[in-house]
Amino acid sequence: MEVRLRVRRYDSTADGEPSYQQYAIDAPESVTILDSLLIIRERVDGSLAFRSSCRSAICGSCAMRINGASRLACKTKVVDMASRGREITVEPLANLPVIKDLIADMTPFYEKMRAVSPWLMIDEAKPLPDREYLMDAARSLRLSQFVACIQCAACYSACPIVALDDQYLGPAALAKAFRYCHDPRDDGKAQRLAGIAQEQGLWRCHTVFSCAEQCPKGVNPTEAIQQLKKMVMLMRLGLSR
Amino acid sequence: MSEALTHDVLVVGAGLAGMRAALEAARQGVDVALLTKVYPLRSHSVAAQGGINAALGEDDSPETHAYDTVKGSDYLGDQDAIETMCREAPSDIIELERMGTVFSRRQDGRIAQRPFGGAGFPRTCYVADITGQALLHVLHEQVLKLNVLTYDEWFVTSLIVEDGRCRGVVAMNMRTGHIESLLAKAVVMAGGGFGRVYTPTSNSLISTGDGHALAYRAGAPLMDMEFVQFHPTTLKESGVLITEGARGEGGYLLNSQGERFMARYAPSKMELAARDIVSRAEQTEINEGRGVDGCVHLDLRHLGKQKIMERLPQIRELALDLANTDLLTDPLPIRPGMHYAMGGIKTDVNGATPISGLFAAGECACVSVHGANRLGGNSLLETIVFGRRSGKAAAEYADGRPAPSPSEAAVKRDTQAIEELLSRPSDGERMADLRAEMGVAMNSGVGVFRTKEGIAAALDKVRDLKERWKRVPVGNKGGVFNMELLSVIELGFMLDLAEVIALGALQREESRGAHSRRDFPERDDQTWLKHTLAYHTADGPKLDYGPVTMTRWQPERRVY
Repeated sequence: MEVRLRVRRYDSTADGEPSYQQYAIDAPESVTILDSLLIIRERVDGSLAFRSSCRSAICGSCAMRINGASRLACKTKVVDMASRGREITVEPLANLPVIKDLIADMTPFYEKMRAVSPWLMIDEAKPLPDREYLMDAARSLRLSQFVACIQCAACYSACPIVALDDQYLGPAALAKAFRYCHDPRDDGKAQRLAGIAQEQGLWRCHTVFSCAEQCPKGVNPTEAIQQLKKMVMLMRLGLSR
Repeated sequence: MSEALTHDVLVVGAGLAGMRAALEAARQGVDVALLTKVYPLRSHSVAAQGGINAALGEDDSPETHAYDTVKGSDYLGDQDAIETMCREAPSDIIELERMGTVFSRRQDGRIAQRPFGGAGFPRTCYVADITGQALLHVLHEQVLKLNVLTYDEWFVTSLIVEDGRCRGVVAMNMRTGHIESLLAKAVVMAGGGFGRVYTPTSNSLISTGDGHALAYRAGAPLMDMEFVQFHPTTLKESGVLITEGARGEGGYLLNSQGERFMARYAPSKMELAARDIVSRAEQTEINEGRGVDGCVHLDLRHLGKQKIMERLPQIRELALDLANTDLLTDPLPIRPGMHYAMGGIKTDVNGATPISGLFAAGECACVSVHGANRLGGNSLLETIVFGRRSGKAAAEYADGRPAPSPSEAAVKRDTQAIEELLSRPSDGERMADLRAEMGVAMNSGVGVFRTKEGIAAALDKVRDLKERWKRVPVGNKGGVFNMELLSVIELGFMLDLAEVIALGALQREESRGAHSRRDFPERDDQTWLKHTLAYHTADGPKLDYGPVTMTRWQPERRVY
């Protein structure tokens, strides 16, 4: 099968504007976009830069825009993107600076993840349980829907609000905040909510659902953000601890 | 050259073992840094699915866990190390839970445990089928919380060992291409596995055995490298992993006649025999004509939709995406695939290697707790227990020692080596072609079943490839994320390891665990109840042997 990719090229350390380069390779019907990029780098053009690791949609390295939508290249089949021989456009994640070709500078995204204190906060004055904390099985299942986030930044790239306001925390960081605020073991809810109930935090979300639509892991950050808004309102009304 | 970067403890690799080591070193109050060739969350630990073992159950005990592990290892594991791991497992799991891991729960709210291969009890704690991801993210959160400095996307080109002591590493900042030394009083190597030596493999593209090869080239012995685990359930083309949890939850293995063939190989444990035994059974079915297009079937249909969606959602998605199969309605073709390195850098129970100041933990280390065959759920456990122990030992080693002095020579040597790579004539063979030849040769010659002729052919091929590697060109001369350059260096690492694996397999004239010789089908405790040690020399690996530590269990016949 002929695979034709149109790939955005750019080197932040060199002079010159971004450009698009076309590649045509022969590959089996079953190939993914990542397979195709690997074939190009290893057999056609060794200068093509992109990240990749697990090739099974769990490490989050290879998120990029494919025909305009943010996707994992390893989870995206060529045949699902284009009828036979049709060209597919591949670009780096949006809303982040580009270092080279398909490699975005993830620093702003990681800094925002960190800004929500993404760890379990335990009140040290409370006694520890003898063994593990007990947790309702249903709650554990509910939380695992958000634990499933792999921090690939597809949502961050897809979010129209991040595009307008680069100080907005964005969907992944807020989903992470919800994951801990909803964790029965956590004592940091008030502190975390105070940090994110800001103009460029929770309230910025316009409920467009782009993040949920483009998340490759079925996480729903929009819902998490709605739940966080509810938590803030209940807290302000004095109806929650 | 800019001023050298210096730390008390430098941890190379930020998977579970590396981050657990960094965390423990940081708790000891020393200055610790992590260095990784990817962002920490992209490490291969993230791909672990099924779970992590600990004897938490009322009827279970660390002794039973240890016995199962010793038996699983086909008596090659060091029993003192195994006892340590199994004894410390429960408190390490509890700590991971208290750090925030959302373990799947029983109805009474306690951590749930599922049955796994070769285990006498349901002892495997899990987070649905994303256990590695869940643990990796939680440890990363702790690393962020403690503000551990992390060099993301740095690639180590060599260890600095002077006067018998490890003093840091030489590494390339992948973002710029600059080569620098990072000095440290102690280095913890946590570089992960070498799955990419084989084609196919369940391992990530980054699992190129860098840690093994760097330590080996620096003079540390590699132990038991011929023991390579083939996981019974990997996808045919890609080698992508389908968790043992699928069988732990009750999945069947079926041959072309729809028969649960494990009844003939392991009548009491069936699908949950140890991995080496299940993989050999599958390969035998396939070889004897009862396979389905080079595979056998994994059938989960009888588990029902709710169980699959709650406990195995990710593999259902993977099978849909990568094999066009819906586990709810169809059996999935799977086959044995290279999965795990039992062998690695020889260490003691505190992660110390024979090189002073160099520690190792996780898949690149060989303590040895897995011996000739690892039990499912014990690799994650090893990363946590021995990551912690090596982080503590490295911090204690570093404490109070003077900072190492800068090593211009090491940086100069590696800079020249890379200049040589970049200036090779452009007409050589492609890296990808050589890598494919290596992977296929290793898979067919040093695979599930082995013979003298097959292993020797693979070894010849690897030695030929090592010569040809010297002329592989690097077309990309750029400094920024030059992945072509790094992949040529990685192939050099892997060829060194392939030679050690094949030579160890050729010499070991017995069958033990995952090393199954058709020409020597029996285990031979008289001659071969010993560890293989491989030392790097200019003429290739030099093999030696060392004793196995036995505390409580004498070798018995191994049946499941």
